[in-house]
Amino acid sequence: MAATRSLAPRMTDYWWTVYKRTWKGSVVSSFVTPLLYVLAMGVLLGGFIEGDPDRLEGASTYLAFVVPGMLAAQSMQLVFGELTYPVMSGVKWHRTYFAMVATPLSVRDVVQSQVGFVVFRVALSSAVFCLVVAPFGVFATWWGAVAAWVVQLLVALAFATPVFALSSYLKDESGFSLVFRLGMIPMFLFSGAFFPVDNLDPALATLARLTPLWHGVDLTRMLTVDRVDPLLALVHVGYLAALTVVGYVLVLRFLGRRLAS
Amino acid sequence: MTQEPVAPEAMISARGLRKGFGEVEAVRGIDVEVHRGEAFGFLGPNGAGKSSTMRMVAAVSPVSGGELRILGLDPATDGPEIRSRIGVCPQEDTLDTELNVFDNLYIYGRYFGLPRAEVRRRCEELLAFVQLTEKARSKVEDLSGGMKRRLTIARSLVNRPELLLLDEPTTGLDPQARHVVWDRLFRLKQQGVTLVLTTHYMDEAEQLCDRLVVMDGGRVVAEGSPSSLIREHSTREVAELRFGTGEHEALAPRLEDLAERVEVLPDRLLLYAADGEAAVAAVHGRGLHPAMSLVRRSSLEDVFLRLTGRTLVD
Repeated sequence: MAATRSLAPRMTDYWWTVYKRTWKGSVVSSFVTPLLYVLAMGVLLGGFIEGDPDRLEGASTYLAFVVPGMLAAQSMQLVFGELTYPVMSGVKWHRTYFAMVATPLSVRDVVQSQVGFVVFRVALSSAVFCLVVAPFGVFATWWGAVAAWVVQLLVALAFATPVFALSSYLKDESGFSLVFRLGMIPMFLFSGAFFPVDNLDPALATLARLTPLWHGVDLTRMLTVDRVDPLLALVHVGYLAALTVVGYVLVLRFLGRRLAS
Repeated sequence: MTQEPVAPEAMISARGLRKGFGEVEAVRGIDVEVHRGEAFGFLGPNGAGKSSTMRMVAAVSPVSGGELRILGLDPATDGPEIRSRIGVCPQEDTLDTELNVFDNLYIYGRYFGLPRAEVRRRCEELLAFVQLTEKARSKVEDLSGGMKRRLTIARSLVNRPELLLLDEPTTGLDPQARHVVWDRLFRLKQQGVTLVLTTHYMDEAEQLCDRLVVMDGGRVVAEGSPSSLIREHSTREVAELRFGTGEHEALAPRLEDLAERVEVLPDRLLLYAADGEAAVAAVHGRGLHPAMSLVRRSSLEDVFLRLTGRTLVD
């Protein structure tokens, strides 16, 4: 089929309408949630942890260590929230995707616009997060904070396309509880967001380093604490970009099978 | 690939059209031609291949074999172009319950790349057409089944389609709601919109269709106008007789000579005859007294029974 211009921008009004219905709640939660986490984990729990940059991957306080971890983890969680049950609804419950692909839009346009919307959501909530935590002196440099914010867009993409693909592949929602319990939550807890993965048993540490969240967390942390390892940073970017591409190919295939077979 | 010239007035042209899902062949080589301005129906029971055919015609589901042209275009290469010029009213409403009535229309109009002001104008117009103006700000969830269907029909008209596809447009609606939908579809037909619909209701096909094909098991088993199909495959009248449970099978041979044809259904006997009243009188003349008898005109239901040996609605 000839490569044609993407019609995804035609869905902007749709996502804008959806966003207008939910933005108040989402802004409040993206403001309050990091504040609560920073207080509980960073300030109160972190008070028991010695601020040793050598043991905290370059962070001089536990707060500075945990903030980039929470930033990347929040990006991941938002993607999981937006692209699991809502996708199942579009395919199965309300079947809204079927209405979309009955118009000039194709599966590709639907995928691009929804991924675009999720990245937009992550962009907003990460920006709020960074602004909320900035006064705590957790960013070594201002440009590091900006770069860390940009990295969240990549983290969002790297989770969005594979999660979208998985949700399009699953026949019903019963698989989601496994995805959350065996995928997202272990990643959230053990991929270096809350403690250095070196604290794990070497085998488990290697396992943790294979997860996309670790790449996201480590890349984000390098930038916020200003201790960038260029080669490793490149590996992180490459890994996250590759995941985005593989997920994109899969979601087109799986969702295409559901909507246009 | 050789592109056969297609008559400009052929809205849909299918030759040897097939659709398979793995091992299952849903559509097994059908030939169909739909002309501009007509109301065309696919009549058949569930599983006959009607919906699979409609999804191919809607340029959503790829063709497995044969040739299909919609508005003279090939859905394999011109899907978006075809979809921009047709309207689709799916069997399930697929409305967005998170949006209100107006927004459902508006958003859908935007998918066609229509300017905002133009879409807004058309939404007002279409809501009036389907008598939902007062419901514009209502939640979709609060609408009745008939209203939802009317909204789905309005949505399918937002791009002013040349060809409107309706998959089971009144399935699940109560009789009154069905008549409202039929009335709206009639008006569209009068405005010159080509209608293509699937149905397993023979009365719907008779009401709306100029021409139809009867489908069974993925094949077309008959084609024509409702009246010509009835003339060709049935008698003018039908006498329906109900005897005691389980007696119908045994009684059928004793009545065979009273009608052109006798069909045995679980709950009644059908006597196909030009004069139904005379046939009933003759049954009484033999000393048989059915618990219930009625005489009616033949319908497409009878055509279907004749052609397939089965009833349409089980």
